[in-house]
Amino acid sequence: MSAPPLEAGAPPTKTAAPLLETRALSRSFGALTAARDVDFRLEPGARHALIGPNGAGKTTFVNLLTGVLAPSSGAILLKGRDITRVAQAERVKLGIARTFQINRLFRGLTVLENVYIAVAERTGVAPSKWRPAGLRRPVVDEAMALLESLKLASDAARRIAELPYGRQRLVELAIALGLRPEVLLLDEPAAGVPSAESHIILDAVAALPADIAVLIIDHDMDLIFRFARRITVLVSGAVFASGTPAEIGANAAVRAVYLGQASHG
Amino acid sequence: MTGAHPAALALARRHRLRPWEALPWLLALGWFFAFPRHLGFGTEVLITILFAVSLDLALGYAGIVTLGHAAFFGAGAYTVGMLAKHGIWHEPLTGLALAGAVAAAVGFGSGLVLLRTRGLTLLMLTLCTMALLEEAANLAHAWTGGFDGLDSLPIAPLLGRFEFNPLIPRTQYLYALAVLFLCFAFVRTLVYSPFGQSLTGIRENAPRMHAVGAPVPRRLVVCYTLSAAIAGIAGGIWAQANAYVNLGTLGLDRAATVLIILALGGHGRLYGPFVGAVAYMALAHYLSKIYPTAWQLGLGLLLVVIALFAKNGILGIAAALGPRRRAGA
Repeated sequence: MSAPPLEAGAPPTKTAAPLLETRALSRSFGALTAARDVDFRLEPGARHALIGPNGAGKTTFVNLLTGVLAPSSGAILLKGRDITRVAQAERVKLGIARTFQINRLFRGLTVLENVYIAVAERTGVAPSKWRPAGLRRPVVDEAMALLESLKLASDAARRIAELPYGRQRLVELAIALGLRPEVLLLDEPAAGVPSAESHIILDAVAALPADIAVLIIDHDMDLIFRFARRITVLVSGAVFASGTPAEIGANAAVRAVYLGQASHG
Repeated sequence: MTGAHPAALALARRHRLRPWEALPWLLALGWFFAFPRHLGFGTEVLITILFAVSLDLALGYAGIVTLGHAAFFGAGAYTVGMLAKHGIWHEPLTGLALAGAVAAAVGFGSGLVLLRTRGLTLLMLTLCTMALLEEAANLAHAWTGGFDGLDSLPIAPLLGRFEFNPLIPRTQYLYALAVLFLCFAFVRTLVYSPFGQSLTGIRENAPRMHAVGAPVPRRLVVCYTLSAAIAGIAGGIWAQANAYVNLGTLGLDRAATVLIILALGGHGRLYGPFVGAVAYMALAHYLSKIYPTAWQLGLGLLLVVIALFAKNGILGIAAALGPRRRAGA
């Protein structure tokens, strides 16, 4: 919780510099505005939740941050550097990783190979055409260690298609962590997982390394209020409210727009 | 510690040579001694295997859906044919290297544009590229012989010693076998490398590959170029072995046949092209003897059965029947 000790001579404002920032970020699809002048800040080591009704533009926002979509206007800054025009793959190299609301895994490959691919890309091993992939011990060992930390090691040799959905969601997370991100965007990590299994995902999310800044999208209010230290509410593509969980929970307008609606069904 | 995990061990061992991998090469050598009167057919099979191996790299491993792979086979064949016919170059080994280089250039150039698309669009564009090349070869009569092609190509003896005798194609057979072996060894190394692993990643889920920071278009272009080079080498040997080249090397017939062979044998498996080419060509050979007018009906029926019940081809069936393991991959 407490801020890390300042280096000697560092200006006090440095701790306030956001890791990731958007300024008046907008994106329209024809007449539909999926993101409207979004000003957003993600601090280093943040546990930040993005909530909002269906169609509020949460996934669009993640797609803008990762470079899948280009904004119609506005800017995205990572550590103060403008990355608005930086391609998706380059943003990954800069430390932004994501998971997908619907699994995007290498279904025909084993769990280990799935994570291997991510680690190989990050470490620059992937373009190499000569020595067999399996003999790259640092890559294999790192992928295995990651699987062990997520309690996936017992499934390492199984193909994705053979795994229960909950375990597949963990592989989604493992691939993203294999990129050693500074910013991790979790798009509904427990989506589609039967409630009996969802605690596995929640535990894994709760155990994420503290130095990774996490932005999580979810509908599960238990997860959000347990996990998040800051919440941003998105409605119709625009920031409706932002604050601590206590502030958001006490915000009557938010309850009317979102929480109330959720409790009705 | 973690290296001892079964999954890590399996990954570390999957590229190792297995004893049965000697089988195709022993059979190919055995054919040379056992059927000296069928070496022409044998050479055709070996060249077809090489062509199918090149397609397997692009389609089976990287998931590049193409119906125009004969463009590269033809580019290689015409390179050898035109150089020989116009008295520019007769030496077979360097001629083959040139065939590979020209086909690679065609693959690189078209790949830069085409591989930005996917699925049906890509399929149509590969088909169009091939049709354009075919039409160009048809129109450039002075160079390519047009519809008649180029025949009686003067190819110098291999290594200065071994004549390409069209009646007793012993040289052709061993030459094709040696080139197939070298190209296959290259492809085998490639698919087990981290690069090959990333190609399978693109095949399995391209959007996710973007999301792990992979330069997907660049990887695909590299793969396509290498695949085109091997297809060009296959075409080059074909022209050298037959001492002629015609529009058929660039045609849809050849492109479709190699696709069928890969589907029949099993794509994304190193030995699928071997099984598929032998099965297809043996079947075509015997069916056309028994039913000269309707032999393609038998092949069609077989394909329907394969497409319906065995999406991974003959090797896929073998893998499903065998012990649970990652066969062939």
